[in-house]
Amino acid sequence: MDKPVYQQQSPQVAERFAKLKQRPVVLDVEHLGKQFLSPQGEIIQALQDVSFHVHRREFMSVIGPSGCGKSTLIRIVAGLETPTSGEINLDGTPITGPGPDRGMVFQSYTLFPWLTVKKNVMFGLKMSGHGEVEAEQDAMQWIELVGLSRFANAYPHQLSGGMKQRVAIARALANRPRILLMDEPFGALDAQTRAQMQAYLMQIWENVDVTIMFITHDLDEAVYLSDRILVLKANPGRVDEMVEVPVAHPREPGQFLNPEFLATKEHIEHLIHPPVTEEIERLPIQRMTPVGDDVY
Amino acid sequence: MSLTLGSSWFAVRKELPPNTGKLLTFLSFVIPFGLWCLVSYVPIFWHPNMTVLEVGDTYFEEGDNVKKVDFFEENQRKLDNEEQPAVGRPSNPVYLPAPHEVAISFYTAFTTEPRLKDEKWLHESLWLSIKVIFYAFMLSSIFGVPLGILCGTFDFFRKLHEPFIEFFRYLPAPCFGALAIAILGIYQAPKIAIVFIGTFFQQVLVISSTTRKLDLSLLEAAQTLGATRFQLLTRVVLPGILPDLHRDQRILLGWAWTYLIVAEVVGTSTGITWFINQQGKYRIFDNVFAAIMMIGILGLISDWLLQEAGKVMFPWKGERANPVFRAIGRMFRVGQADDELEEA
Repeated sequence: MDKPVYQQQSPQVAERFAKLKQRPVVLDVEHLGKQFLSPQGEIIQALQDVSFHVHRREFMSVIGPSGCGKSTLIRIVAGLETPTSGEINLDGTPITGPGPDRGMVFQSYTLFPWLTVKKNVMFGLKMSGHGEVEAEQDAMQWIELVGLSRFANAYPHQLSGGMKQRVAIARALANRPRILLMDEPFGALDAQTRAQMQAYLMQIWENVDVTIMFITHDLDEAVYLSDRILVLKANPGRVDEMVEVPVAHPREPGQFLNPEFLATKEHIEHLIHPPVTEEIERLPIQRMTPVGDDVY
Repeated sequence: MSLTLGSSWFAVRKELPPNTGKLLTFLSFVIPFGLWCLVSYVPIFWHPNMTVLEVGDTYFEEGDNVKKVDFFEENQRKLDNEEQPAVGRPSNPVYLPAPHEVAISFYTAFTTEPRLKDEKWLHESLWLSIKVIFYAFMLSSIFGVPLGILCGTFDFFRKLHEPFIEFFRYLPAPCFGALAIAILGIYQAPKIAIVFIGTFFQQVLVISSTTRKLDLSLLEAAQTLGATRFQLLTRVVLPGILPDLHRDQRILLGWAWTYLIVAEVVGTSTGITWFINQQGKYRIFDNVFAAIMMIGILGLISDWLLQEAGKVMFPWKGERANPVFRAIGRMFRVGQADDELEEA
């Protein structure tokens, strides 16, 4: 075969993608553009002609170099920012503003510090007019799902970073969103907690009827979690490539060293940081250590 | 040891060990009090006057408090004339009573009958002052807190109100005295108005700034959870700023006390200020000191009560309240669920 390794899908994986593409489109983004006015008065094109769709129950990641507008993209989908051109539809209906059908998990911990874990998870349900008892029962199920029943009455300041993000996920899921938007949710966690959270998120995604759009700058994380990865380019932010991850499901930490995993990673790495052709910029440093003190 | 101890006392932005901290808190009261005792009880410190004990043939009267120069000049004159000099002991001027005299006044000020029939007792004066503070602060808060929150939340209200308030707060409240009397009469109303003017404009600006400090991402998170604009205000902004609002109100209440003293000389002087001025005129400085300290103690106690109440009401701030206050909180079902968790 002349296809590169990252495009070689095993029959099971190919079948999975065929099925995935037949599922209805949940999120449909067409020719999206976003312009900012910089403080100096220049027009900055943050996003230009971005188009993609996310299918039902798909896990799609967005990755790209810094300044590619990935955060802007997810904030527009959440309704927190308005696009300057293009269209976004959720289940065929245009998005006009933020809503509970697009739950969001932020990188910074956004739990309400004055509410206990349980009350945090109940927040969305109460907003939509659910009764106290019903909301509480529902919330407890979601708290159990993320394994924090013991901490239902704890306040956020008593939880670790990983626990806070699990509550944030439960809080967003309790609203039964059509799509769960995650903006670098594990970016502030240490490596060990982050790996644990990735495993938790896989479990949740497998067991809960939810579609996920996930922003990250971590290649391993993107390849490990995603069905497809949308790679963006910077200046202006635009679609570079939509990569189908050829790693089989269910995903396990052992797959990190599989050839297709590594090939996919390498391919995206090349997309984000193209092989350097010109000479790397070097610091204008002069030798400042005594002779005989060489590092090599 | 001494070196590390010394350097740890002055470590930049580091908390002192709890016992050292307590000792310093204790000293912060003991040192000024000790200085006062020293000046009052040890004759070699200050004592610029003499209190006359035995009159002799001088023109003094018993108990007179006279300058040392005058005392010794008069005695010298008597000695030259071979007359009996006066006997006295060094003392401080009447305006600096000794601690024990003030302590006694703390009690006697309440039990001494007013000199004139229509004058008020101390406790009545104090109560009048507390009422002025209460009404003025209530009135100011009823308008100032909501307006401050609106200005901090909606740029519309901020742009509409803050420039004028910013200008108005530089006008000293006492200069509205004449106006207040013309409009509101001479009794309590103009005093309440002046404390109100002194508090209200600061209150709007301080609370507006506090509201603006609320983490924007909490509002964004609430929006993605389906909160409407009204719900954002009542379910996120309000509970989110409550602990800081509480702290602001504590500080503003302190300001209200400052304006009270100028307000109370407007029109007919009343309240604790009248008491202090009256006792000053009678030259009973023990009572003046006692009354000034009463204001300080009232302020200190009310502030401490509010602070502890805050710790009970806002358990998510992670500050442990005094056990007594926690028990009271539990009675009213405020701030529960914190105890069980501390083991977890």
